[in-house]
Amino acid sequence: MFNQVLCAIVTVAFCLFLNGCTKKDETGQKNEANTAEKSVIQNAGSDTMVNLAQAWAEEYATVEPNVSLEVSGGGSGTGIAALVSGTVDIANCSRQMTPAENERVIQSTGEAPKEFIVGYDALAVYVHKDNPLAEISIGQLAAIYGEGGDITEWSQLGIDNSECANDEIIRVSRQSNSGTFFYFREAILGKNRDYKLGSRDLHGSKDVVELVAHTPCAIGYSGMGYATEEVKMLKIAQTTGDPAYGPTAQGVLDGTYPIARPLYMYSLGTPEPQEQSYLDWIFSPAGQSIVEKTGYVPVGQK
Amino acid sequence: MRTILNIFHQLGRWCEPVIEGIIRLCGISAIIFVFGIFFFVFREGMGFFFGGLDIIEFLTSPEWYPTSVSNKRYGVLALIAGTFSVTVLAMFLAVPFGLGAAIFVSEFCGPKLKETLKIVIELLAAIPSVVWGFIGLTVMNALIIELFNVPIGLTMLNGGIILALMSVPIIVSIGEDALKAVPDSYREAAEALGATRWQVIYRVLLPTAKNGLLAAVLLGVGRAVGETMAVLMTTGHAVKMPTSPFDSVRTLTATIAAELGEAAVGSDHYQILFIIGVLLFTITFIVNFVTDLVIKGIREKA
Repeated sequence: MFNQVLCAIVTVAFCLFLNGCTKKDETGQKNEANTAEKSVIQNAGSDTMVNLAQAWAEEYATVEPNVSLEVSGGGSGTGIAALVSGTVDIANCSRQMTPAENERVIQSTGEAPKEFIVGYDALAVYVHKDNPLAEISIGQLAAIYGEGGDITEWSQLGIDNSECANDEIIRVSRQSNSGTFFYFREAILGKNRDYKLGSRDLHGSKDVVELVAHTPCAIGYSGMGYATEEVKMLKIAQTTGDPAYGPTAQGVLDGTYPIARPLYMYSLGTPEPQEQSYLDWIFSPAGQSIVEKTGYVPVGQK
Repeated sequence: MRTILNIFHQLGRWCEPVIEGIIRLCGISAIIFVFGIFFFVFREGMGFFFGGLDIIEFLTSPEWYPTSVSNKRYGVLALIAGTFSVTVLAMFLAVPFGLGAAIFVSEFCGPKLKETLKIVIELLAAIPSVVWGFIGLTVMNALIIELFNVPIGLTMLNGGIILALMSVPIIVSIGEDALKAVPDSYREAAEALGATRWQVIYRVLLPTAKNGLLAAVLLGVGRAVGETMAVLMTTGHAVKMPTSPFDSVRTLTATIAAELGEAAVGSDHYQILFIIGVLLFTITFIVNFVTDLVIKGIREKA
């Protein structure tokens, strides 16, 4: 008897529960409709650009309070993957999209990605601040980083890195979805060569600089915007013996710094009106001054 | 009143089998989930597994170049070696400490200290893995460089210590339960025969609680093999066959975590990451299977 009553209660409760679920769904849809009025731009991708994108987003919130930006990093590849799956409106990318990726975006969303160059970055090569090395050539970098390269010790570069215990060059690199990883590989090793295995593949631009700052034996590459007091940026020469140039805005603009690259944003097809006005604002002097403030090179000057 | 009871009675009639079915479903759900997960993970990687992947090369080559332009190579030997070496090192550190602590908590300490210790150990288990990773990245890195005079602290040793710290709480709490399950009459009988405390533990408790203690250790192993974030941050993430505890390594789990976000859905790279998932699944399956056999063997002998 008691069991039967209990069972009936359970059944009724179960029905009510199901009912409750459908009701919740309805209100959920209403909420969605409400938020659509205050528009949200989803923005994800390049880890190099994440500080820049966040600075833009914060500043833009004061310019256009009705539009809110959701910025996340993860790597250029992650941004493009999100563009393919349609979960972002604008993807940040520290390298150019490949034709294959372009094709994939068109295939899955039906719209061609539109490219915007929003700034320039000189890819800096960092060493510990006590490292006596001041400059390096592209060829030397290739011999350090490239598969089959024969430079493994600091003394082979003609310096005495006394802080480094066993003279071994500790290569710091990036994970394979990083635009920086791809750009550096192409710029230093050419289109077809690979990195030497055994590098420490870190997960963020900032991590690279931080690890180099604490490791006298290390060499690493990262965006110039991430420079700190504790690391030294090397001057880079095209070939050994050529004059070497540091990663400065000037060097990027006149093309003397050999590993500078554009920073891209990609939208799906023609941007929506609020995305377009955001991009317009990025290209305005106000937006470009933030590029300079975060350590990169504005587009207007080039 | 009578009619109402009748209604309940009717409800109960068709209600009971439904509830029985639900409970039965709960019982076998674990099996469904395991096979479901295995099926879906395998399905994602199936195309490449049967068409194009050289299984021998996959398992025996240490060259992992999934994003190479000219020469893609998918060898995971270095990653398998990384996973195994870190796990073995972690267990080498964690098992003596874990079982020692379990014996102490269960046999030697007073009730007050026991309560405090248990709370603190549970607290240790509650620390999120990313926080462990953070400790490894900052504190342990500097400590290892300082203590061992090595160029970089993000090594197998670092990952092993962090993993050991993460698995000790599991080993302690399960091990303590196993020792607690030994009836007090065993202890009393041994002491009545004149055994010292050490003899009681070594000759009576450990053999009796063998199964439970083995389960504790293997759960610790499972935790270490499956851990992702902490090893990603502490091992240096370098594709390299380890030759000493001071080498950086990369594990299977960390590779999936670092690369899946970027790999285009359906591409070879994407599929190979799922095949690595199947490989991890197989490894844990084998570990569990061997454990079962070992426990069975012990039981039959006893």
